[in-house]
This record gives sequence, structure tokens and C-alpha cells, in this order.
Amino acid sequence: MADGNLPRTRIARGKRAALAALLVALCGLPFLLSNFSVFQLTLVMAYAIVLLGLNMLTGYNGQISLGHGAFYAIGAYATAILMDHYGVPYWMTLPVAAAACLVAGFLFGLPALRLEGPYLALATFALAVALPQLLKYKSLEPWTGGVQGITIVKPDPPFGLPINADQWLYFFTLAMAIVMFALGRNLLAGRIGRAMVAIRDNPIAAEAMGIDIALYKSLTFGVSAMFTGIGGALGAIAVQFVAPDSFGAFLSIAFLVGIVVGGLGTIQGAIYGAIFIQFVPNIADRISRAAPWAIYGMMVILFMYLAPGGVASFAHYVSKRWRRRT
Amino acid sequence: MSAELLRVEGLQAWYGATQVLHGLDFDVAAGSVTALLGANGAGKTTTLRALCGMVKTRGAVAYDGRRIDGCATEDIVRLGIAHVPDGRGTFLDLTTEENLRLGGITRGGKRALGPDMERMYGYFPRLKERRAQQAGTLSGGEQQMLAIARALMLKPRLLLLDEPSFGLAPKVVAGIFEILRAINRDEGVAILLVEQNAAMALELADHAYLVETGRIAIRGEAARLRNDEAVRRSYLGY
Amino acid sequence: MDTFLAQFLSGLATGGIYASLALALVMVHQATRLVNFAQGELAMFSTYIAWSLVQAGLPYWPAFALTLAISFAAGIAIDRIVLRPVRGSSALPMVVVFIGLLVILNSVAGWIYSYTVRPFPSPFPSEPLFGQHYISSHDLGAIGVTLAMLVAIYAFFRFTPLGLAMRAAAQNPESARLVGIRVGWMRALGWGLACAIGAAAGMMVAPIVFLDPNMMSGVLLYAFAAALIGGIDNPFGAVFGGFFVGVLENLLGAYVIGQELKLTVALAVIIAVLVVKPSGLFGRTLVRRV
Repeated sequence: MADGNLPRTRIARGKRAALAALLVALCGLPFLLSNFSVFQLTLVMAYAIVLLGLNMLTGYNGQISLGHGAFYAIGAYATAILMDHYGVPYWMTLPVAAAACLVAGFLFGLPALRLEGPYLALATFALAVALPQLLKYKSLEPWTGGVQGITIVKPDPPFGLPINADQWLYFFTLAMAIVMFALGRNLLAGRIGRAMVAIRDNPIAAEAMGIDIALYKSLTFGVSAMFTGIGGALGAIAVQFVAPDSFGAFLSIAFLVGIVVGGLGTIQGAIYGAIFIQFVPNIADRISRAAPWAIYGMMVILFMYLAPGGVASFAHYVSKRWRRRT
Repeated sequence: MSAELLRVEGLQAWYGATQVLHGLDFDVAAGSVTALLGANGAGKTTTLRALCGMVKTRGAVAYDGRRIDGCATEDIVRLGIAHVPDGRGTFLDLTTEENLRLGGITRGGKRALGPDMERMYGYFPRLKERRAQQAGTLSGGEQQMLAIARALMLKPRLLLLDEPSFGLAPKVVAGIFEILRAINRDEGVAILLVEQNAAMALELADHAYLVETGRIAIRGEAARLRNDEAVRRSYLGY
Repeated sequence: MDTFLAQFLSGLATGGIYASLALALVMVHQATRLVNFAQGELAMFSTYIAWSLVQAGLPYWPAFALTLAISFAAGIAIDRIVLRPVRGSSALPMVVVFIGLLVILNSVAGWIYSYTVRPFPSPFPSEPLFGQHYISSHDLGAIGVTLAMLVAIYAFFRFTPLGLAMRAAAQNPESARLVGIRVGWMRALGWGLACAIGAAAGMMVAPIVFLDPNMMSGVLLYAFAAALIGGIDNPFGAVFGGFFVGVLENLLGAYVIGQELKLTVALAVIIAVLVVKPSGLFGRTLVRRV
């Protein structure tokens, strides 16, 4: 044991202390920032849940999806329709959105079983490109609100708490994020997570070890979609609006960029990625009013040149160098 | 201008982070046949790959007097070294004839290569029968012949052969070795032969080196090694 | 019966365009094992360049030829410069780079040329040939240009040493190096050709759908569907798939589902093909003896 490395419990305690400090900071932020910034952070947390889901599928299980915007949309529309047409309270829409996306993801995962790499990416990309058109379809308009979309009313804080609606939504989303990340971490750290990775790295060996590949791959798709759908529901509540054109190919592309930039196959990568996709377009916009997406594209490419393993691997590298010093 | 076509000094090589060769010294005389023997995992294939710049190396490799270590594979090949790799490296989706033509692709088009291709069909008549067939459908022996013929289309001065007997019936192997002898004799092509079948290799070779865990353990004339009972028993397994 | 024939022929015309773009996708996939999501935007940008040349006074066909040349050079440059730093990484960073390219091209086109929809000239007469009403001259011309291009590409790969070298480099890069082929440059050439083909496709489709920065996204999706139907590694399959998808799109649009759900139909087709026969209609089941 005494070979120069810190004993395990000490590292874990250090990590736990850091997390606790982070949590305290997160709770304090909404009282220090403007409503708009609070809204942006709420979106970051919703995206983080989405990216965790996508990372599960693509990073850990090796199935490339360029269509997760569709599951985000399903979650968002489920929430909007339930709240607007049926007056369902916002928190009750989450389990419904989750269930809908779990089923949808699983169903999509079944035919997707036969697809490898680029084929799967294409099929999911087709889903992403085709969805807005489907959402605008006239026959579905009474449900989806057609091109206009649906507006949602921002929920008020419960129990007459002395905070404003934006702050309440922030805490609500934060709580959901903590729950989802805990759930995700348990899933990925345990047998299921190892099975997923085994399927990604060596499907033949995995099968030989008795892992039911078909079941795991479809379930992973379902669970990944479920996470994304919950993120979509939370996002819709925050933005207070859903419309077909918000959920086009660009959104799915942004999600993939998010997990790769954040760090594939890591949990913290979801958080880094969410920060990237929420704030970098703003930065790009400030650099060039005329062609902000061009700047965004260049930044994304540069990121791939300098850190193809994403922020997570860069952070890991930095922390290893730091630990070697102390 | 020396009779040494290839001279290797202190060759080290890595697969990723693992070091496989720990400093090899050997040479190949022009027009000679040299055998590289050893057990599985000794580093024989790695040596050939290192010579062609296919793995990370350190050390000096001189071909015809000039240093080729660190050069790109395609440049080394263009200097006159042909490598028949482990597994043959056949273009499975192309026809037999297209595979052959590819051997001469750096030298010209269909018309220019005509006489050379006829010469290859002379050495390997079976290939001529199967010229329009997809190369992936050829038998193991035929694919080996195709791989050698393709290498010869480069008009090399040095031919590197990696386990040509692998997976082939003894009679087929004997046939191929006969052709190798003829090629060496008639065209003056030097051969560096990696083989696990030490007996057959020593029959063909002039010199031999035994590689053991990335180092040369024994070196000498093939005839001497063939007749040295102790060496055969302990190192060559027969 | 009349309208059926007209729809069929016009489907062939758009099908030819899908076939060209699908061929470009297959070429890049053969060389790199990756699907180039930016192919559509590259074609769009080339079409804008052609438009600028025509606006500057160049007659159509010289502008067409010059655009092909520029696109070819740009394709080589993109492979040698933009893709080089991520060459060693796994698939996903490269996919992200393609995505970055897609976004940059779309945005820059919008910035330089604005998002207003413009007409694009056609080199073919506006009156239909022989006064018939089955197919417009442009559609007929587009089919002609597409077929001429596809035949030229086929001949290049099948009969020239360079084409053979490119095929070898794509199939087995290591063995290709062992015969002295400069694999990196072969790949760059593949990119150049793919971009040139895409440019031609863009210039043929622009008079039909009108020129705007987003004109290729639907086309790209159909091209994907076509490439998949034909088998992503099979250039002939891609061409057949293109014509098939073009005709199917037109007929379904006219008789079954109307114009509104066309993209959804493309999606359904893609999924159906992939479920039933993932390697496509002509996917190779090669016989290999080890």
C-alpha cells in the first residue's frame, strides 16, 4: 500500500469535499446573477442531462447518434402538450416525457441494431432532418400547434417561497440534474456500464461472455433517449416555448459536438459539453455578428485539433501533472 | 559499392509503447539469400516491418549505402525493396491481373508492363489461368504466388518475404521455394526470408540469423547451422 | 399515363443529381471509411462560386468548367490541410470536423451571398425538346450531364493506372504503400473528385430548387438514402440508388403523400432499407478464402 500513492479513501474524501463545495456554490449563484444568466445556467443543466444520455449511447456503447435532437423534441413536446392542452402540472410531465422517450428510444434501437458506425449515424441524421417537417404536418397541428408551436406558462415557485420563478426553475432543474447524474453514474459504474463498454470495444468477445448484445444495445438506446427526453422537457419549461424549427438537424449536431468536445465516455464530459454548447455560440456571436456560426465551426475544428479527447481528457491530464507535483 | 546491399546496425523497434527489437545487427549481401529464423513472437516480422518504415524505429538501416531508416514506406519501396507481408496483403477485391499490375504501378501503364507480366505468368502459370478472377477467391498457395509475383513486378533488388510457407501444404511450399531459388539465381534478386519452417529456409539460404526476443542469438552460414546438431536441437526444434 | 411518364422522367432528372452526390459520398467513404456530412454544403458553396463567375460575365460552360476545377482543388486542399491534424484520431473527432466544415460553409455562404433565394441559370433552352410535354430541356440536359460525368468517372477508375492506384489505396492502404503508391495523395485526389462531382450536382439542381444556402440539405438526405440503398461501398449501387430514390420521391409525392412529408418519406425509406437489407441492394457479399 505504501508505494507513494495516496490511499484511496483520501482521494475520495478530497473529491467529495470538492463536490460539496461546488454544490454550495451552485446554490448560491442564482442570488448573485441576473435572471437571464440564471435562465442560461438552467439550460446548461438541462443540456448536461441530455449530453449524459447521448454520451451513454455514443461514448460508452459506441453507437453514433446524430438524431438525439428528435428525442429532445419528443420530451419537449410531451411536456408542452400536457401542460398546455391538459393542464398537467410541470413536474408531473417529467415522468411522462421520460416514459415516452424510453419507449421511443427502445423502438428506434431495435432496427438500429443492424447498423454500424456511419450507417447508424446516417439513419439518426435522417431522423433529425426529417423531424421538423413531420412536426409541421397539417394533420398533427391540433396537437403540435404546427409552425407556431406551443407556448408554456412558467411555473411559480411552490409553497410561496421568497424566490422568483427563474430561480425556482433553476433549483428544480438542479435537483433533477443531481438525480439523473447519480442514476447515470450508478448505471455506468456498475455491471451494466461495463457491459456497454464491452459491447463497444469487442462485440464478439462480449457475446462470448454471455452478454445479450441485442438487449443491451436497444436498452441503452432507450435509456439514452430517456435522459435526453427529460432534458428536453426541462429545457422546454425553461424556454417556455416549443416550435418545430428549434429541433432541426442543428440541435442534434450541437449535441454530438457537445459530447465530443466535453469528452467522450466520461460523466464530467457531459457538463463541460453543456457549457460549451450554451455559451460558445454567444461568444462566437460577439466575435462576428455577420457569420457567428462560421466562428463556432472554426472553434469546434480547432478544439478537435488541440484536444480530440475533449475537455475531460485535458482536465485529467492537468490534474495528473498537478498531483505529481504535490 | 560494397557487396552489402542492406546493412542494419542497432535496430530497435516499438509497437506502440512496447519495445520489440532491442538492437539488431545484420546484413544482406547483394544477390544472396538470407534467412531470419526464430520462434513465434521473436520479432522476425517486426524486423521486416521496421526495414520498410512501417513501425517506429531507432538505429541505422542502410540500403545500397544510403540511410533509409525514418523514410516513408512508399519511398523505401520505390528504391528497390519489395516486401511480401505477413498475410500476403493481397488486394482481395481486385482481379489477379489488377493485383499484378499494381506491382508495377509506379513504373507505367498496361502496355509498358506487358513483358514483365508475361514473365510473371511464366514463373506462375496458375496465375495466368486465374488472371480475370477476383483475387479473394484464389487458394492460399495461389495468393502466396500472386503476392510474390506482385512484389517482383517492382523489379526489386531486395525481396523481403514474411513466412511464405504459412498455412500451406508442404508440397505447395516446396514448389514456391523452388521458384524462389530460380528467381534468386536468374534475376539476381537478394532475398531476406523470415520463416518458422527452419529446415526449408536453411535449404534455400546462404546465411542465417536466429532472432530471440528481439536480439540476434546466432549468426552464420546456413550450411554450418544446418549441420550443427546442437543448434538444430536447441534452437531450431528439429 | 401522361403525367406518370412526366413524373417518372422528372424523377430521373433529380435522381441523376442524387446519384452524383451519392457517388461523391461513396468515394469519400471508400477512401476514408467515413461519411462526409459536409458534402452537401461543399456542393452548395461551389454552386455559389459558379454563380459569381456567371455574374462577373463568364459564359455558362466556361464557368461550369472553372467551378469544377476550383472545387477539385478545394477538395484536395481540405483533405491535405483541414483533415490532416485529426487524421490519427478515432472516427468521432473527424465527424466533428466535418460538422464544423458544414457549419462554416453554410454560415459563410449566408454572409457573403445573404439568404435570399436566387435563380440560377440553366445552359439548356427553356422550351422542351420537340415540343413534347414529358420532360423539360433542363431535366433532359441534367440527365445527360450526370450520365456523362458518371461514365467518365467509371472509365477513369476502371481503365487508367491512376484509377487503379486509387482503388487499391482505398481498399488496402498498407498493401498499396508496399507497391509504392502514395496513399495520402490518392486520398486527397478522391476528395478532389468528390468535390468536383458535388459541384456539378449542385449546378444541375440549382435551376430547379433555386439557389440559397440551405438548398442542399434535402438533396443530401436523399443522396444518403441513395448511397445506403445501393450499398455504401458500391459506386454502381449509389448511382442506381440515386435514380431509384429520385423516381420514388416524385411518384410518391405526386400520387401518395403530397409534397409535405417528403423528407419523412426519405427517412422511412432509409430505415426500411437498413432494417431489411443493411448492406443495401447491391452490398457486396464477397467470397474470400483465407
